[in-house]
Amino acid sequence: MTSDSAVGSDAQALLGVEDLVVEYAIGRLTVHAVSGVSFEIAQGETLGLVGESGCGKSSLARAVLRLTEPHSGRVRFDGQDLTALRGEDLRRMRRHMQMVFQDPIASLNPRRRIGDIVAEPLVIARVTDRAERERRVGEAMHAVGLDPDSVSARRPHEFSGGQCQRVCIARALVLEPKLLVCDEPVSSLDVSIRAQILNLLEQMKARYGLTMLFVAHDLAVVKAVSDRVAVMYLGKLCEIAGAMELFRAPMHPYTATLLAAIPLPDPDAPRARSLPIGEPPSPVSPPSGCRFRTRCPRADARCQREVPVMRAARPGHQVACHHPLQEPREARS
Amino acid sequence: MGQPLLLLDAVGVQLATPRGPLRAVDEVSLALEPGRTLGIVGESGSGKTMLSRAILRLLPPNATLTGSVRFDGRELTGLGPEPLRRLRGRSIAVVFQDPMTSLNPVLTIGTQIVETLQVHLELASAVARARAVELLSAVGLPAPEQRLRQYPHQLSGGMRQRVAIAIALSCEPRLLIADEPTTALDVTVQAQILDLLAREQQRRHMAMLLITHDLGIVAGRTDEVAVMYAGKVVERAPTRTLFKAMRMPYTEALLAAIPRVDAAPHTPLAAISGRPPDMTRLPPGCAFAPRCRYAGERCTRERPPLRDAFEHAFACWNPIDAPLAEPA
Repeated sequence: MTSDSAVGSDAQALLGVEDLVVEYAIGRLTVHAVSGVSFEIAQGETLGLVGESGCGKSSLARAVLRLTEPHSGRVRFDGQDLTALRGEDLRRMRRHMQMVFQDPIASLNPRRRIGDIVAEPLVIARVTDRAERERRVGEAMHAVGLDPDSVSARRPHEFSGGQCQRVCIARALVLEPKLLVCDEPVSSLDVSIRAQILNLLEQMKARYGLTMLFVAHDLAVVKAVSDRVAVMYLGKLCEIAGAMELFRAPMHPYTATLLAAIPLPDPDAPRARSLPIGEPPSPVSPPSGCRFRTRCPRADARCQREVPVMRAARPGHQVACHHPLQEPREARS
Repeated sequence: MGQPLLLLDAVGVQLATPRGPLRAVDEVSLALEPGRTLGIVGESGSGKTMLSRAILRLLPPNATLTGSVRFDGRELTGLGPEPLRRLRGRSIAVVFQDPMTSLNPVLTIGTQIVETLQVHLELASAVARARAVELLSAVGLPAPEQRLRQYPHQLSGGMRQRVAIAIALSCEPRLLIADEPTTALDVTVQAQILDLLAREQQRRHMAMLLITHDLGIVAGRTDEVAVMYAGKVVERAPTRTLFKAMRMPYTEALLAAIPRVDAAPHTPLAAISGRPPDMTRLPPGCAFAPRCRYAGERCTRERPPLRDAFEHAFACWNPIDAPLAEPA
């Protein structure tokens, strides 16, 4: 039994994203950052979101929390339509949704003490009792492996990147949110520290019963923490499947090339045979039809004409491709 | 064994910092033969970039260089500014992590390549121009003639790195130093750039020093690997030997800490506890000892020297046991 089948669309969805569109204007041009993305995350599930730089994964993550205002589409959170909320109602919902960013040092105000930084969400959430705040800050710090007595009075510059990311995680968890969105939380950290933070996120997920959206460009990192994985290319989702399934039998040619391009730490590993051609086109003028077609070895006239829609190709495995890859015969379990 | 093209002997780089002297590179000795690739792997602050800069003397003003750097039999450490300038770019070329820092943003791509060719090879401008087009198409840049008129900001990160590689290769260098050449790039583009470097290296019988934090890149792209920690080479071996029979616990821990695509989701990672040491306050013994699961009493007291066994060197008092059939 793998974790793949444990959660899925039949379980209660905490987060539902429907046809979300995010666009930015640059002068007279429009950047199509997110173009009609839909997915759900079940209660207690981690959805990994992978893609290369500029594919819109960070825009998508921010739009889910309405840190970036989506152009259209809906985000349902815990039964409520987030996109319809305003002012105080939105702020009240936000305490249930927290975020951890890529650059931990830049995410912390250098002038403030660590204790105050971690307490800030409580202040915003109007937890007025000082003793109560201190208790909860201490608890969150302990949880992420920081000693409140020795770190509270210090400032971010006294800490390494890994320690700062622990502070960011403590700050995100102090309100005991339901949803944690992590945007490249380990990509600025060294290998030896990266593993510590990934393990910590897994422990925190269990301890706080978190539901997670985990955004990263590194497929191995995403696989390490995810129940399901969504692959994004140029503003659209290509494929969503259980983490095991996606890596074992990718159906979208883009996913397959992405997997093949990972350098494995094994000198005897076979070198990638099918690298994608060239580089991603600009999100200002994405290709017609399938957005991957300009780099896809399987592309034909239909791919140019017709936008492939996301469909369930196998149980729990959705793909948006006119010519999906078949299941590898030898890999069938 | 051929004649080494590059020979480093006890190279040290000491930086004067407000917190006291910092030995960024400490007694590093390495050799690299023509046509071969030596990978230097380490985490940030391990000294790998400072080592590469020591070779070309591209060091910050607060740095002191000691030891010997011999290139093609010639000592570089005492070289005057003019001979050094002739060597840089001509015989030894560098590709940096961020191509934006090595390309001039206000000059066209064409000007930058043509200038390099004119300065170093004294080519006439029409010849240099034709050569530039040739080079750009060799590094896989579509429509090279048009690219000559473009500025760096008009190209993507991958394209810029191709241009930086074209410039680096333009004078047929005998040694290419590639310092994290693909770290700023996406994984699909990274594979293309690494393929390009390997192809051009083979064609030109060029030696390459490939500096990276990524053991995956090292595994597939190098002949020999040196692992650095806290300014020192702590293990050095032919690439296959290193991955099959690593002796230094740090190398083992680094490899174990990488998330693997073939592992099941939610497999806890073998994290290395603690963090790299403060380089101005190094412990008296092995710098990795405070984080090492095999560390004994001697490790915290006495610094282990880099010892050779066959062609495999490691600096450790308690090395991981070699497998029974030690590869020769």
